[in-house]
Amino acid sequence: MPDIKEILQSRILVLDGAMGTMLQRHKFTEEDFRGERFKNWEHPLQGNNDLLSLTQPDAIAEIHGKYFEAGADIVETNTFSGTTIAMADYYMEELVYELNYESARIAKKVAQKFTQKEPQKPRFVAGSIGPTNKTASMSPDVNDPGYRAVSFDELRMAYKQQIEALLDGGADILLVETIFDTLNAKAALFAIEEVKDERHIDVPVMVSGTITDASGRTLSGQTAEAFLISISHIPILSVGFNCALGAKQLVPHLEVISAKSEHAISAHPNAGLPNAFGEYDETPEQMAVQIKEYVEKGLVNIVGGCCGTNPEHIRAIADVVKDYEPRRLTETVLP
Amino acid sequence: MIATEQKYLKLSGLEPLLITPESNFVNVGERTNVAGSKKFLRLIKENNYNEALDIARHQVEGGAQIIDVNMDDGLIDGKAAMVKFLNLIVAEPDIARVPIMIDSSKWEIIEAGLQVVQGKCVVNSISLKEGTKEFIRQAKLIKRYGAAVIVMAFDEVGQADNLDRRIEIADRSYRILVDEVGFPPEDIIFDLNIFPVATGMDEHRRNALDFIEGTRWVRANLPHCSVSGGVSNVSFSFRGNNPVREAMHSVFLYHAIKAGMNMGIVNPALLEVYDDIPKELLEHVEDVILNRRDDATERLLEFAETVQGKAKESKVDLSWRQEPLQERITRALVKGIDQYIVEDIEEARQQAAKPLEVIEENLMTGMNVVGDLFGSGKMFLPQVVKSARVMKKAVAYLEPFIEEEKKNNADASTGRTAGKILMATVKGDVHDIGKNIVSVVLACNNYEIVDLGVMVPPEKIINKAIEEQVDVIGLSGLITPSLDEMVFLAKEMERQDFEVPLLIGGATTSKAHTAVKIDSVYSRAVVHVNDASRAVTVVGDLLQKETSARYKKDIKLDYESFRDKFLSRTKQKTYLTLQEARANKLRIDFREEDISLPNELGIQVQEDFDLRQLQSYIDWTPFFRSWDLHGRYPDILSDQVVGQQATELFSDAQHMLKQIFEERWLTGRAVFGLFPANQINKDDIEVVGQIQSQEEKFMFRTLRQQLKKRDGVPNIALADFIAPKETEIQDYMGCFCVTAGFGTQEKAAEFEKNHDDYSAIMIKALADRLAEAYAEYLHKEVRTNHWGYAKEETLNNEALIDEKYRGIRPAPGYPACPDHLEKLTIWKLLGVEERIGVTLTESLAMWPAASVSGYYFGHPKAKYFGLGKIKKDQVEDFAKRKAMPFEEAKRWLAPNLVDS
Repeated sequence: MPDIKEILQSRILVLDGAMGTMLQRHKFTEEDFRGERFKNWEHPLQGNNDLLSLTQPDAIAEIHGKYFEAGADIVETNTFSGTTIAMADYYMEELVYELNYESARIAKKVAQKFTQKEPQKPRFVAGSIGPTNKTASMSPDVNDPGYRAVSFDELRMAYKQQIEALLDGGADILLVETIFDTLNAKAALFAIEEVKDERHIDVPVMVSGTITDASGRTLSGQTAEAFLISISHIPILSVGFNCALGAKQLVPHLEVISAKSEHAISAHPNAGLPNAFGEYDETPEQMAVQIKEYVEKGLVNIVGGCCGTNPEHIRAIADVVKDYEPRRLTETVLP
Repeated sequence: MIATEQKYLKLSGLEPLLITPESNFVNVGERTNVAGSKKFLRLIKENNYNEALDIARHQVEGGAQIIDVNMDDGLIDGKAAMVKFLNLIVAEPDIARVPIMIDSSKWEIIEAGLQVVQGKCVVNSISLKEGTKEFIRQAKLIKRYGAAVIVMAFDEVGQADNLDRRIEIADRSYRILVDEVGFPPEDIIFDLNIFPVATGMDEHRRNALDFIEGTRWVRANLPHCSVSGGVSNVSFSFRGNNPVREAMHSVFLYHAIKAGMNMGIVNPALLEVYDDIPKELLEHVEDVILNRRDDATERLLEFAETVQGKAKESKVDLSWRQEPLQERITRALVKGIDQYIVEDIEEARQQAAKPLEVIEENLMTGMNVVGDLFGSGKMFLPQVVKSARVMKKAVAYLEPFIEEEKKNNADASTGRTAGKILMATVKGDVHDIGKNIVSVVLACNNYEIVDLGVMVPPEKIINKAIEEQVDVIGLSGLITPSLDEMVFLAKEMERQDFEVPLLIGGATTSKAHTAVKIDSVYSRAVVHVNDASRAVTVVGDLLQKETSARYKKDIKLDYESFRDKFLSRTKQKTYLTLQEARANKLRIDFREEDISLPNELGIQVQEDFDLRQLQSYIDWTPFFRSWDLHGRYPDILSDQVVGQQATELFSDAQHMLKQIFEERWLTGRAVFGLFPANQINKDDIEVVGQIQSQEEKFMFRTLRQQLKKRDGVPNIALADFIAPKETEIQDYMGCFCVTAGFGTQEKAAEFEKNHDDYSAIMIKALADRLAEAYAEYLHKEVRTNHWGYAKEETLNNEALIDEKYRGIRPAPGYPACPDHLEKLTIWKLLGVEERIGVTLTESLAMWPAASVSGYYFGHPKAKYFGLGKIKKDQVEDFAKRKAMPFEEAKRWLAPNLVDS
């Protein structure tokens, strides 16, 4: 396997698009989610997309394949909620290792097939590590601002389990994404360092935050630059933003971190801003125009899509970025 | 030193702090340190964290760029206090914007602190005191937690107390950190020990100077690192004489900064501007700091006695306190300052007629500003949380007054709440500011709030709602997936036959989404409420006995029309083929027990019905609407704008109604029938009627929705409510026609002749109302009596208007069955014209106009719906079924045909 860091010097890499959007097309029912194995599970399972890696593995593999076909260099495993903390909603904490392992394995298999076919364009699997559904630096109780629903150690241990399974399943990269609370991400990064240390391995790490509202801050209140500073203590491959905003709204924030970081910069925005129904309707063509602005300004090294994007968006993005040089990584970093 | 490489100490709170060679000296606030501040220690011991936070805030406001937090005291649980205080700081955006220095001599306290702060902190401190191994272990962990570190000039032997030792320890620590641990050199800060001077002891005379020289060496020889220190130590001997201490600090810093000290723990209140130090004092102080004379100490001591002590005033800008009351309240909310809120609220209370007014006006005015600032990105979430807390404090202060007021209100029920309201942020979402504000405001209005917090799974909401028997459920959410959660919950509520109204709020929610996605799946009231002040009136309307039924009905209609308008605006609608729509039909699990054999099958007639019985069935809201007065009855009578007009109109109407009843101006007649019926071919209903005692089959052709629905939402036709023939279950349906119109035309003509157009319109409007009331009355009679599936039903008029009963009575020409053609079948089946004289015009309108006709469906799952647009394929199919030319069918159905 060639080193992804070297490839990053020579071209812009394309990340895949949304998994959830693609899964919605299948219209899986409660029964489909359950499959044979969980047909008697005591709790509702519809909506547990991660579980589909076990009950509908072919659908997951097919989606990965579609993204690779569309030109993605990297696909994300179907493990956004693959921690004991997030799986508690479905009482599936026990399955976390298997979910992550299988998800990575499915993605890896598809990646290998494509790499074999096109050795000049090796395909990578990024183990997706989501934010969980709890926040370590904000209180869910307005009357008790000092209260926390989850601790650093709980997060660290949950993440560690996910990370180990992802690596065992064959993930080439770890992607800590959709970070709305930097402390959650720091727990994930801490766990990654522990695993690297214990296994004497190195693994490229991508970090991707989320700017949630018009103030240009993360949910937990940090500015883009404060976020960057807060996660720069471990060696990372890239830092960037995903979700919450469309490609256009992301530009000013990417400009900040692009100017101030020596890491590669990634962006996987949503297909525009959601409409009144929470649906995304930016077309592949519209999104490609925005992405073109990124690459013309030399802002990014890795680009893909988040909510509402599909293989057509990725195809359009891949088509745009192939003609552009990646953002230079040796540039002087401004203070 | 490699000149090209640029490495700077970068720290972060909510905002970044970069320390570059160009940066000014970085001031670390020291007052939140139990070892340094007696007041802070006392507050922590007393568990008075609120005031302790004020100290932190003061420091940041006073210019501290980092705040040092230290809880090392034998009498407090340092770890718990550190975690608690840091968690609280994180919730205070005006403090948390700066990085935090976690200060402890105990590693476990440091680590606990590192685990609760998201930004890049500074650890204060580690050293070689316990040996290399522990030093390396701690350094590695600090790196992994992502913090910078202060390294004390301390080793296994002891504290560095001269220049050489300072250099030796700094050099050794640096090499271990950089070479062995891989610690970023820019993240290393040396504390080279600031010790007191002018103590009278000779060995202390070089203390300041050695620090300054050590700093110079470190900055020149150990690339990228910083130098810090606790400045107040240097003047320890002059405790009690602030002017001298201030001068000493300034002088010390002046020289240390020149040597390369770039940060330090300083009390800004104890710092004189170097240039402002009186010349003589300056000279004496510099002699001591720089060890320029052997008798420097004695000379300074002597001089110190002549320097008057006066405390420096803190410089918090309080000019805003002079502003008008509302401005002060708004400012307190926007800035999240709770210090003066109680006194301001008290002032507002004294000016207000009722304490509640302070919430509804003063506080809501402020919260609206907060909302606007947040909406435009000028405030961010943690700041808004603070505003909410100030709001809460204000409301808490007002609560007893509100209670008092209630007690004094003689007719107020004692101790009973106005209703119980469940509030929850839906699964997967952590946002609850809006929800909490709404809760607070509702609680102030005497509603009992059951707040389930955030990320509440739907089953918990459902179970709690049942367990607590709540009157209203309020859902909140900010992120887009929450929208789906709300829809899901609404569906669940529908499935479980909930009746309580549902309130929807939160930043991504919209009236459009609520109308289209939520209102459509829940047959009870759903209201989108996006600000707290509106929540009170909405909940009031929903729960007050007098208004409830009407309000619910109106809101349902409002959302329906909003939905229709919205959907007709949106272009990208997709339609299913008729075949696909049929495949997605509503599948009711028909069970024998849901179907009742009518008590009286066949046709019945009511001639010359006494209209007086209808008085309580009249729905007055549409009456006002027909006069172009918009508003709900009875509220409309007291409406500020149209109230007087409405009241006059209403009184005239009552007057005429009395005449109608007493003088028998109008005649009421009805014909209705109940028949065996079954669904055939999915869209048709076959009815077995009787024509001259001969059984005859009639066919109602119903139309099916073709708009593409979201998963799980069926495409309905009226036929879906009747058991299909293949189930072999005998089902039933009914038809009716009522009129109150005979006599209207004559009476109106009479009025017109006398140039009394007003009365002419009035009689028509009233006849219309009576016909509707008759339909409502007859439907009730059918349910409880003639069909008899709802014998136990005891509903008042409000509940009737609210359509709380089982079964529906859709009318041809209305949303569920917009084609008028089926009236012809009703007329034949019931013999309407022969029996009661109501006729159909060429365009299939009824004559007299004040008539209502329609179907009766009795299945518990039958509900009203709108057909929406249909496609050409259904029109073709419909024409075929009705055996009529396509063009003719198209003409009748044109308003519903989607443009293609």
